Amino acid sequence: MHYSIIRRLATQPKLANAPKKKWKSVVGLEVHAQIASASKLFSGSGTSFGAPLNSSVAYFDASIPGTLPVLNRKCVESGIKTSLALGCRVNEVSMFDRKHYFYADLPNGYQITQQRAALANDGKMTFPVITPGKKVYYKTAKLLQLQLEQDSGKSLHDDYLKRSLVDLNRAGLPLMELVFAPDLETGEEAASLVKELILILRRLQTCSCKMEEGALRVDANISIHQEGDPLGVRTEVKNIGSVRSISQAITYEINRQLETVTNGGVITNETRNWDAENRRTVAMRDKEVLQDYRFMPEPNLPPLHVNLKPGSISTEDLLSVAALSEEIPELPEDTRQRLLEQYNLNAETAIILVNEPILLDHFLSITRSLTELPKRVIYNFLINDLLTYCNKLNIDVEDCSIKANDLKDILISLHDELINLQAARQLIELLHKNPEAKVNELIELHNLQQICSPDEIENLCQLAIANQAKAVQQYQKGKTKSLFAIAGEVAKLSSQKANMKLVVQCLEKLLKPTNK
Amino acid sequence: MRRHLQWSIKQLTASYSDGQLSPRRVTEEALQDALRWKTLNAFVRLTPEQAAKQAQESEQRYKQGQPTSDIDGVTIAIKDNFCTKDVHTTCASRMLQDFVPPYDATVCSRLKQAGAVVLGKTNMDQFAMGAGTVDSLYGPTKNIWSEDFDKDRWRIAGGSSGGSASAVAAGLCYAAIGSDTGGSTRNPASYCGVVGLKPTYGLVSRHGLIPLVNSMDVPGIFARSVSDCVAVLNTVAGQDQLDSTTIRKPFTRLNLPEVGQIDLSTVRIGIPKEYHCHGLSAEVLETWSKVADLLECSGASVRQVSLPNTASSIFVYSILNQCEVASNMARYDGIEYGHRASNERSTEQLYALSRAEGFNEVVKTRILTGNFLLLKKNYDHYFEKALRVRRLIAEDFAKVFDSSAQEERVDILLTPTTLTEAPLYKDFASLTNRDQCAVQDFCTQPANMAGIPAVSIPIRLSRAGLPLSLQLMSNSLNEQLLLTVARWIEAQVEFDSLEHTQEYKASL
Repeated sequence: MHYSIIRRLATQPKLANAPKKKWKSVVGLEVHAQIASASKLFSGSGTSFGAPLNSSVAYFDASIPGTLPVLNRKCVESGIKTSLALGCRVNEVSMFDRKHYFYADLPNGYQITQQRAALANDGKMTFPVITPGKKVYYKTAKLLQLQLEQDSGKSLHDDYLKRSLVDLNRAGLPLMELVFAPDLETGEEAASLVKELILILRRLQTCSCKMEEGALRVDANISIHQEGDPLGVRTEVKNIGSVRSISQAITYEINRQLETVTNGGVITNETRNWDAENRRTVAMRDKEVLQDYRFMPEPNLPPLHVNLKPGSISTEDLLSVAALSEEIPELPEDTRQRLLEQYNLNAETAIILVNEPILLDHFLSITRSLTELPKRVIYNFLINDLLTYCNKLNIDVEDCSIKANDLKDILISLHDELINLQAARQLIELLHKNPEAKVNELIELHNLQQICSPDEIENLCQLAIANQAKAVQQYQKGKTKSLFAIAGEVAKLSSQKANMKLVVQCLEKLLKPTNK
Repeated sequence: MRRHLQWSIKQLTASYSDGQLSPRRVTEEALQDALRWKTLNAFVRLTPEQAAKQAQESEQRYKQGQPTSDIDGVTIAIKDNFCTKDVHTTCASRMLQDFVPPYDATVCSRLKQAGAVVLGKTNMDQFAMGAGTVDSLYGPTKNIWSEDFDKDRWRIAGGSSGGSASAVAAGLCYAAIGSDTGGSTRNPASYCGVVGLKPTYGLVSRHGLIPLVNSMDVPGIFARSVSDCVAVLNTVAGQDQLDSTTIRKPFTRLNLPEVGQIDLSTVRIGIPKEYHCHGLSAEVLETWSKVADLLECSGASVRQVSLPNTASSIFVYSILNQCEVASNMARYDGIEYGHRASNERSTEQLYALSRAEGFNEVVKTRILTGNFLLLKKNYDHYFEKALRVRRLIAEDFAKVFDSSAQEERVDILLTPTTLTEAPLYKDFASLTNRDQCAVQDFCTQPANMAGIPAVSIPIRLSRAGLPLSLQLMSNSLNEQLLLTVARWIEAQVEFDSLEHTQEYKASL
């Protein structure tokens, strides 16, 4: 509070006298990623999402006296792989600490985390920033720390009965906390970082990244300041439930702060919740008492040692970082570069394909089996038609039920000019609704074959010429674009089934002055 | 008094094998004796049904000539801070008065696996915070060597594992499990005239031991002889997947040489001068020097050594203890288990009242102090500094045990265990818990700082007829030599742990 007042006093005169300086926004992210693992970080109980309440609870998770934490090797492996993929320095020795606070869903009264010596530090992420209507650019954010820690349980409040209930299924789930430096400026950058992080974690299979299940949680620290000034007072926005919300929440919060300051208000250091329904951030009602977590080394876990020697192998007691680095698959940015080189794609196309792993899978699988098809036809179809269709339905490409083989059949039919693009789009819709149907059968059933017979085409064209007398006149006066209007008429007359290439040829032939 | 009580575990199990005695009979008698000695308040809970069942199963095994271990059918007692499946485990506190663990501590499961007969749970200071077994929800434990059991004229058993020490001293069982954080096994062993072993940190699993100070707690063993102690240690020691701080090196069972075979000529004994401290009674000092002479006369090299940081130990111990207590006690909030106050108006009020009602003053004071010491502004100045001094204390021991200079190196340290014979309850109770512990733990807690093994063995009776004991310490994992020397001394001094009972004398 004090700080804010001093800041305000210090900056106000400047606002009055000097010409207005540009406001800058600063965004830093903290991401909690639940490690994909069959058992919890320190106990043997299961981790499946949606298990019956309090059914995945080991004695340790319920803090039954006398129980001790036993570190899950698999989680450490995942943490190390993630650290390596994010360019971190894995620490030879890391340690666990107790962070104390009282909460009903924190059975021990403390959380076991890594405060003094984390698993890894000093990484960075470089990722493409996609803003609708703007050119794609790359941004880099430093990853300050990656630490292992346990999750808390969940409190459920029954307002009617005035009771709180506790579900400990989540208590003790393994988390990686990733603390990024405040290197970002906008909501889009933050969303793009998280998008890239999701791609990486999924490739590594170290996190399911299902934000709707809480497997990936993003907190954003946001502040604004004027160019040349020190950083402003920051607020923390929590409860951001989807990648899309990240951008919305941060953009909202930046604007709220700008508005507050412009109206002479003061930004206070507080935690705010993202209210997805009303699309705004709301100050949390919990009174903000200064917490002293009374950190203390966890005495029941010996320091975690790893082997940093190149060429070493993992033993029962000691994990080898070198050996784990061998297990890291191709990362998204490498794939993009490979696509650029191998398939001659442009950067934007490579980014879109890599950002939608299903599209990439389809692309690679189709290019492998349909070598005769131009790559451009394939990715254009995937991006312009399949992806657009999904976007229109507001679903993820993963949730579109069309199989790669069906996409192949559509593309073959398209390539063989059996159908046209319109029909191909129709097929996407039909297949999404009925994934079991066969492409050929659908073409038959819905009579989607392209009209290619010269006679039929000529008949249609004649009819169109008759219907579009005005356009014909204009065309013949030299307004070549009017041909599209006539072609459009043909399309309409043929219920979008005419082979438009042939139609255009035919129209040009029919309307040529010499032919008269 | 039963004649077999003067037997060793080895003799007892031999008598099971040849049918002279049966586990069932020994168990039944032990349970009767425990009731007769109720005045001692050694047990907070007997488990007669379970014991009878275990004894019967043991008897079957002997009948088939297939005892499972060296301690099959041997009666033992367990301190009430070790979790026992389906049997209340209270830490002698109101907080856990109704707590029934769903699992066995590793120590308990290994004992059961070995066929031991568990008679019940023994008394202690609440959450093991004390040196007298006077701060228990179930009242104090009395020392069987007391001249008088009336009013305030009785002697304390020591603590915090006073119930276990008392049970072994009274002949209610052959061995007992205690815990040792700053001397909680050796201190009552010393006062009650029995052997009390604190093994190397990490040699015996803490899984299921409700913690006091995780980085110092060790399950301790009480018995009436060193060899009985070894039989129990051999059963419970060794790596445990459930306790990450257990030593991974496979445990080799101890096998002590016969007394006649023990050669002291290669053994170097150190007498740390700092243990000649303020408050050390003349009788203990005299006992100490007598045993030192005895060892020297029998060929051991005995010399004075220095452990210069000893005097700091008690302060370091106090800080680390309170910090870990504050942390370890945070789980007792009345939500999942333990005492729950009736006020449920808000979560905070439920916590506050449950904890206010469930903990005694000693526990509450340590929690408050510990939380203060762990505050961000205090951490470096207290906790961090205490850790540094703790390392110095450990280095003191390392210097005398591992010194590169041969002539400076020793194998065993000989010291007092407690500074005096068992105090009268009224004298002891007049001190604050802090002073009780500061005085009584002086010689015992440095071993916990360094994690090294230590054993208290009774030497002789004081003029008041109370046991006087000494402590031996060795380098980590050197239990073999530590207990070999202890056994040799034991054979020389011929202390009789059961000499206190007239009844027993008459039966001889």
